[in-house]
This record gives sequence, structure tokens and C-alpha cells, in this order.
Amino acid sequence: MSKPKVFEKPIGVKDYLPHAGAKLRQIERQALACMQSWGYEQIITPTMEYYDTVGVASSTSDEKLFKLLNKRGTTLVLRSDMTAPIARVVASLLKGAEFPLRLSYHANVFRAIEEEAGREAEFFQTGVELVGDPSPEADAEVVALAIASLKAAGVDRFKIAIGHVGFLNGLFQETLHGLTDAQDGLKSCLLSRDHVGYRERLKSLQLSEPVQRELEGILRLRGGQEICDQALQVSRDATAQASIQHLCEMWDVLKAYGVSEYVLIDLTMIGDFSYYTGMTFEGYAADLGFPVVSGGRYDNLIQQFGRPAPATGFALKTTRILELIGDDAESGTERVLIGYDASGRAKALAEAQRLRSEGTIVVTEKMSIAETDQTAQLAADQQSWTHKGTVYTAFVPFVQQGGA
Amino acid sequence: MTIETSRNDLLKVAMPKGRIYKQASKLFREAGLPIPSDFDDTRKLIIELPEAGMSFIMAKPVDVPTYVEYGVADIGVVGKDVLMEENRDVYELLDLGIAKCRMSVIALPDWKPVINPRVATKYPNVASQYFREQGQQVEVIKLNGSIELAPMIGLADRIVDMVETGQTLRENGLVEMESIFGITSRLIANRVSYRMKNEAIQSLCDKLQQTIGAKAGV
Repeated sequence: MSKPKVFEKPIGVKDYLPHAGAKLRQIERQALACMQSWGYEQIITPTMEYYDTVGVASSTSDEKLFKLLNKRGTTLVLRSDMTAPIARVVASLLKGAEFPLRLSYHANVFRAIEEEAGREAEFFQTGVELVGDPSPEADAEVVALAIASLKAAGVDRFKIAIGHVGFLNGLFQETLHGLTDAQDGLKSCLLSRDHVGYRERLKSLQLSEPVQRELEGILRLRGGQEICDQALQVSRDATAQASIQHLCEMWDVLKAYGVSEYVLIDLTMIGDFSYYTGMTFEGYAADLGFPVVSGGRYDNLIQQFGRPAPATGFALKTTRILELIGDDAESGTERVLIGYDASGRAKALAEAQRLRSEGTIVVTEKMSIAETDQTAQLAADQQSWTHKGTVYTAFVPFVQQGGA
Repeated sequence: MTIETSRNDLLKVAMPKGRIYKQASKLFREAGLPIPSDFDDTRKLIIELPEAGMSFIMAKPVDVPTYVEYGVADIGVVGKDVLMEENRDVYELLDLGIAKCRMSVIALPDWKPVINPRVATKYPNVASQYFREQGQQVEVIKLNGSIELAPMIGLADRIVDMVETGQTLRENGLVEMESIFGITSRLIANRVSYRMKNEAIQSLCDKLQQTIGAKAGV
């Protein structure tokens, strides 16, 4: 590749200019505050981890991990999510901590990506992990908190789709017993959202008519609580039944939270089978092409770090929420300009400090008397005016003549 | 479903301009949707069809999966060839059974294995993947049209291309060596639209599936 031009930065990373930066911080603050109010405490972990520990354990596929070498030649990764680092902490530094643990985070994460616009190499995630509780109650708490966090962050039109890896595992185990290849093939079709391929594969398996119809029917198992009842009829496999039971109980809890209108059940929605062990969910906002939140239960992860523990959680794609909400200029914020000359400096700076301590934004500037007069005039006529490219709402001069 | 029924109710459909459009719009009409047969007389790129509850985005076929993946179109109609080549993260909901053809390896009749095999194609990803699966390392050359020229003038010893009737091949003295996969047009959907506009998409899917099923039954 030719040498980069001075304005260029690596593909997939972003600058956030003042307005966008402020908005991003605001989304992050609101989401974290919401999580805190549910008793989740924020944790910060390093940007870099070992490939052999956190890298391997993470749900990110190997070719999407951002790898680097340290001086000794050990492979490091830039964290690709926060779940694996938190699993490491829970199993090491927090080894003695009693369950359940409620942890939240906000962090930048990294992915090695194809060179294509819209796919990000670095982005922000805000999320939680609830460790040590295997119950439907815990899963529902996490989903309800995801909904509350989305609302807190300013997203108002969205839906959450919930699935369960156990249902398909059980159903396939029952109907395609011993046919591991066929099972994997069907799962990979569902994972890549290829319903046409799924139907074709089913056809090629030459199953009995009712089984064929049943397996094709699951493509339609989407909707509200009624889906639970329908699904209970589909498979008598113990795993599948237990999974649906789990979803039914979650649904009851979500109803009690008063958020079931946002939720739909989709039993074809499956996360990565090697990672998720129970319910999985994804959240979609209107007018945005990509999911804004994803999560699920991963009961096998933390034991890879030496402390077996059930866990469930989610991550908000904070950067995408920013796209959705836009970075429109905040209105109503007060910004005071204080102009002073040498004689008024001490008073001016003292006043600035007083105003700042009250929470007002204050910018100070040394000016000539003529300049202060000019500015004062400008300020007198309007609610807000622009001085050197910045919008102010008030002007206070500290100069010999007009001095306070 | 109260949350989704506000503005933006029209289903945004990315339609491939040209050959596939005629067949797709015919299928849509047979499924009972009030869609005009041809927009040839207009150069408009976005066509609102409120009676059908849709708005058509007239796109170059290879771009259809891109529009759908990014969510600027909710659903789209696109050939399996393009889907295989583009490898986008979209739902593949329905085989529409139209624009039938196949992806094939093509060469001159006297083709013999060569030391440095070169394959010309409009579908570099499909070609690379196929030959890799066959255990052959080949150099893939991307061309944008008239692929049949490549073996005739010695740019490549084989080509990978779509074959419909085989007419062009015969006229140019080429033969189909093997078929890689069958192609038909598919209905695809964006990940988010598939949930947020589930009812509209599912009802369209059902109508189309019925029509296709009835045709296949005859």
C-alpha cells in the first residue's frame, strides 16, 4: 500500500468531534446510570489481553481478533468484547466474591475487519454481566435491564427477539438422532439466516412427512407468549421442553416488569452454539439496519478461567445508538463569555470560578475595551450570539470603563 | 404490534433492474400485488407503490444485497449468484424459482490441465472458493463482462460464469465442464426489518410462497 496521506486514519476507526463526543458520553452516562440503579457496578479492564486466555475464550472468531506481539513474542489481542475479560476477573481477582455478581462496563472493543465502510474496527459497548444465577429470573432481569437501558439512552422504538439454543438442540437431537452432520448443516443454515438453504437441506434428508413439516414449521415459530405454548407441543425432548419452560418463565417475569410488549420470541434465532448455552437475544431499533443490543446466557465461559459459574448479560452497541439519535446540537445549555482587560483580570477570573462552581460553562478572554463594547452590543440584542465560532448566551465584561 | 405502525410504513424493496425485474414483478402480480409490469419508460430510481404498500428501489442487481444489509431497503430480490459472491449478512427467506440458470466452469473443448491455471470470472469469490474446495490452486482474474472471450484469446484457460441456455457458449465453441450450483432469484430481508416489519414481510412471503407452490404443483 502507498504511504497514507496526512488526513487518513486506519479503516474502520472513527473520530468523534465535540458534538458527537458529548452525545456519545451522554448516551454512555445515561445507560450506565440506569445499570447502576439496578445495582450493577462498573468495572474497568485493560485494553490488551493474552490471546491464549481471553482471546481464545471470547466469542469472536479467530480471524476477527486484532492480534499483536509483545516484546517476548507472546501474542496479545485487543479485547474484542468485555465478557471474556470480565470472566477472567470473576475467576481470579473476584474469586472470593459471593454470587450473584452484578457488573457493568463501558469500553471500546476491537475487531479486525474486512475493508468495507460501515464495519467498525473499534467501537463502544455498554453492558452488564450477571454472574452466578442460572434462573429464568436472572435472564429476564438482564432483558428488562437491556430495555430500560435502551430507553434511558434515548431509543424509543425497538423490539427484542429472544431465542434459546436448547430448543433447537433438543429438537434436532430428537428428530435427527445420530445424524450429527445433518444437525450441524441445519444449524449453520439458521446461523447464517439462510431459510432457503434450511428448507433445501431438510428436503434432501428425506424425512418422514410429519417430521419434515415440523422442522420446516419452526421457521414460523415467532411471536408472543403463544409461541411458548405452540413450541411445547413441537418437541417432547427433555432439553427442548426445559428450554421452552425457561422461556415461558422469563416471559412471566418480563410481563411483571411491564415490558413484554417490546419482546417477541423467535426460536430460529440462535447465537453462536459454541458460546451461548441458553437463552439469547437481540434488540432492533426502527430506522437502523443493524442490531443495537445483543446478549444471552453463557454458562461455560467462566469455567475456562477456573471458576465454574452460570452467567448472563448483554452489550449495547453504543456507537450505533449514536447514529440513531444523531448528534443534533444540544439546546438550552448556558455558556457565558467573560471579557476582561489587565485591570479587571483578578475579578473576572474569580467570577468565572464562582459561575463554574455553579455548573455554568464559562469561557474567559482578554479583550480590548473596544472589543468588549462591541461584544456587549451584540449580546444585548439577542438571546444567543456567536463569538469566534462559538455560541454564547451571556456576556460579562470586566474592564476599566464598564467594569463591575 | 403498536410500536411499529407509524411512519415509514411502506416496505422498501430493492428490485434488480433489467432481466430479473420482469419475472419478479410478474410473480408479485400473480401473488395479487398491484405492481406495474414495466418501468422501462421511466428513469426514476425510487418508485412508490402505496396501493401495494411498497416502495421500489431500482438497483443494479449486484448492489441489492448491500442495500438490504445496510437496511436502506427492508427486503430485496436477488439472484443466488450475487448472494454467493457478495456474502452479505441478510435473511434468505424464499426461493422465488424465477430466472433459473446455473453457475458453471467453462472451457474450450480441448482443455487439458495446465501448469499455471488461470480462471477468468465476474465472480471472483465464488470461483476462488470453488477451486479451493476442489483442491486446486488457481489464479482468479476478475473481468466485468464478455467472460467468454478469456479462453478464446488465451487470457485464461477456464472461466466461471452463469449459464442460462448455453447459447452463447455454443456460438463461441465453448463447453460446460461442470456445474457449481443452481441459481434462482431469492427474496432476502434485512436483519432488523425482518423483526420490525415482521408482519408485512411475513404476509408478502406467504403470498409469494403460495403462488410459487401453486406453479410448482402444476
